[in-house]
Amino acid sequence: MILIKNVRLVDALGERGPADVLIGEGRILSLEGGDAPQVVEGRGLFLAPGFLDLHAHLREPGEEVKEDLATGLQAAVRGGYTDLVSMPNTKPPVDTPEAVGALKEKAARLGLARLHPAAALTQGQEGLRLTEAGLLKAAGAALLTDDGRTNEDAGVLALGLIQAAPLGLPVAVHAEDASLRRGGVMNDGRLADLLGLPGNPPEAEAARIARDLEVLRYALRRSPVPPRLHVQHLSTRRGLELLREAKRAGLPVTAEATPHHLTLTEEGLRGFDPLFKVAPPLRTQEDREALLEGLLDGTLDAIATDHAPHTLAEKEQDLLRAPFGIPSLEVAFPLLYTELHQKRGLPLPRLVALFTDGPRKVLGLPPLHLVEGAEASLVLLSPQERPVDPSRFASKARFSPWAGALLGGWPVLTLVAGRVVHQALEP
Amino acid sequence: MRHLLDFGGWTRQEVESLLDTAKVMAEVLQRPVKKVPALQGFTVATVFFEPSTRTRLSFELAARRMSADVVSFTAQTSSLQKGESYKDTLLTLEAMGVDAYVIRADAAGVPHQATRWVKGVVVNGGDGRRAHPTQALLDAYTLLEALGSLEGKKIAIVGDILHSRVARSNAELLPLLGAEVWCAGPPSLLPQALPGARLTPSLEEALAEADAVMVLRLQRERMEAGLVNLQDYIAHYQVTEARLRRAKPQAPLLHPGPMNRDVELEGTLADSERSLVARQVQNGVAVRMAVLYHLLVGKERA
Ligand SMILES: [Zn+2]
Repeated sequence: MILIKNVRLVDALGERGPADVLIGEGRILSLEGGDAPQVVEGRGLFLAPGFLDLHAHLREPGEEVKEDLATGLQAAVRGGYTDLVSMPNTKPPVDTPEAVGALKEKAARLGLARLHPAAALTQGQEGLRLTEAGLLKAAGAALLTDDGRTNEDAGVLALGLIQAAPLGLPVAVHAEDASLRRGGVMNDGRLADLLGLPGNPPEAEAARIARDLEVLRYALRRSPVPPRLHVQHLSTRRGLELLREAKRAGLPVTAEATPHHLTLTEEGLRGFDPLFKVAPPLRTQEDREALLEGLLDGTLDAIATDHAPHTLAEKEQDLLRAPFGIPSLEVAFPLLYTELHQKRGLPLPRLVALFTDGPRKVLGLPPLHLVEGAEASLVLLSPQERPVDPSRFASKARFSPWAGALLGGWPVLTLVAGRVVHQALEP
Repeated sequence: MRHLLDFGGWTRQEVESLLDTAKVMAEVLQRPVKKVPALQGFTVATVFFEPSTRTRLSFELAARRMSADVVSFTAQTSSLQKGESYKDTLLTLEAMGVDAYVIRADAAGVPHQATRWVKGVVVNGGDGRRAHPTQALLDAYTLLEALGSLEGKKIAIVGDILHSRVARSNAELLPLLGAEVWCAGPPSLLPQALPGARLTPSLEEALAEADAVMVLRLQRERMEAGLVNLQDYIAHYQVTEARLRRAKPQAPLLHPGPMNRDVELEGTLADSERSLVARQVQNGVAVRMAVLYHLLVGKERA
């Protein structure tokens, strides 16, 4: 039993409190206090439901030199995540029930954040033959996706959506037209031309989203149960507009944006630093503003990290060869708390919803709110500022474009179903 | 100046002072004993992650003519793809006591990245599509020799502008000396914008009344990527005797080399009196001597 005293509560429903939160038997027993052997003084802190990340690359199996389940899930709980979806583009890809089952089992033994593995939509993520959705679901897959690869064959994607629909599995897409993208390593535009780097045009994202929405319309018409399409890491204004229209038209589509697309722009690449090399690329300030609007008006359902760890040596190559990706599980919430809530006025309950109810809805999970009887998967947050220090990351990828940035909103206590999995309270 | 990466932040005065030094170096190269002790005790490394024998030899000769010690590193692109780190390569050289690094790479920004890792001075020997500043300096030097001054002069650059570090660096540098730069090429090989230059798909427009014409090499890989068709290119963009009549009479021709004769320019033009290609190569050594001298001992931009 744990008692968190005098703490302010924040969830998708709003901010309230202070309350004395009594936790036991894996649940919130009371918001009005009680006796517990462990008492945490919560004055000045916020309590929120545990975060769910829809999009993390944990690199196991096959690339444990970059990250493994233990370091990745440790990074997750330090970031306030109690639940996490791992992407299947490992080596080999997670495309069999056995692979899904093995990941789930190993993660459960670690006892950190709960793992919800995504399985590949197609065998080997090659985009040609569908995987066995039913068996994958039975083994514990939470999502189907070929993330890391783009689904070039529209017919295969359509069948995938139809096949996954009765199972309640969403299909997530890395929406980028590969032939328009070609060898692009940054946003295509004047800056790419100036820096002499091959560009990845924003139209590559919009073109693929437009196609995928038509594919969804087709699948919707052909499927007895409505399929669910989830668009990953939105990066462009035009892509967002297409989604907004589709949602208004009632299409069953959801979308996410990443901490880096919400806080950085292509300008980060002026100094030729591969830390800023991500896929899809960082875009313009105009695109970033459009994403921020999308957070407010509900076009974006979730903030997902796209946590993409690599070794430092890989990231210290040149911009053509360095791999795409930023590790961000441990800084995502503080970053957006500071940049979006404090500096841009995004209401705190909305921000928390984008880390909790939004992503839960994408997976078909019920909302999680701070009420008596609710599951005690919780994160306690401190507004106290401290700088980002990548050398202290639990992730093996100890670098960050935000190194040194002074942020507030750090998770100081994370509980999964009442069990403490991360503790960084001042003594 | 601490490094030579590109011409961002340079003033006309600084460029002119560097080119004045190049003039002195050119004079040294005319002497029977073509060597001065200016860089005695300094070590210059040529670090070529992308092979380019001509540029490497030019830099090494420049360093030796000033009595510097020279070490040379060339890597195959394939070994880089296997993850061999150029950071490690540079740190190894630094441990050996190198003072200046001439870095050539197929990726834009590698010399910029290098300045974060080594304490010595970095000279950009050509990085991807980004910049080739010593080429632009030797082009400017050669143009000044031929035209006297660049004030108000129209310089036409013709070819694959999008992928050309030579075009980018010239578009940065020549306007500092008062020139007006026009870049012409097929639409698929033009960037959206190039600070310092006017872009046009019309070769005729670029050549009209041009005081000098710089022709760029057309890479075979652009044809393979479907960006341009060879016969179309020759029909519309090859610099020919007839087309050159639009330019000023006797307007000189430059080419950074190596040339594809009868592709980007008519073969006979390459050997004509208008061609300054041999002068460019010759001036390259003097200009690179001036650059190394300014970086290692000159305090003008310290
Ligand atoms: Zn992706």
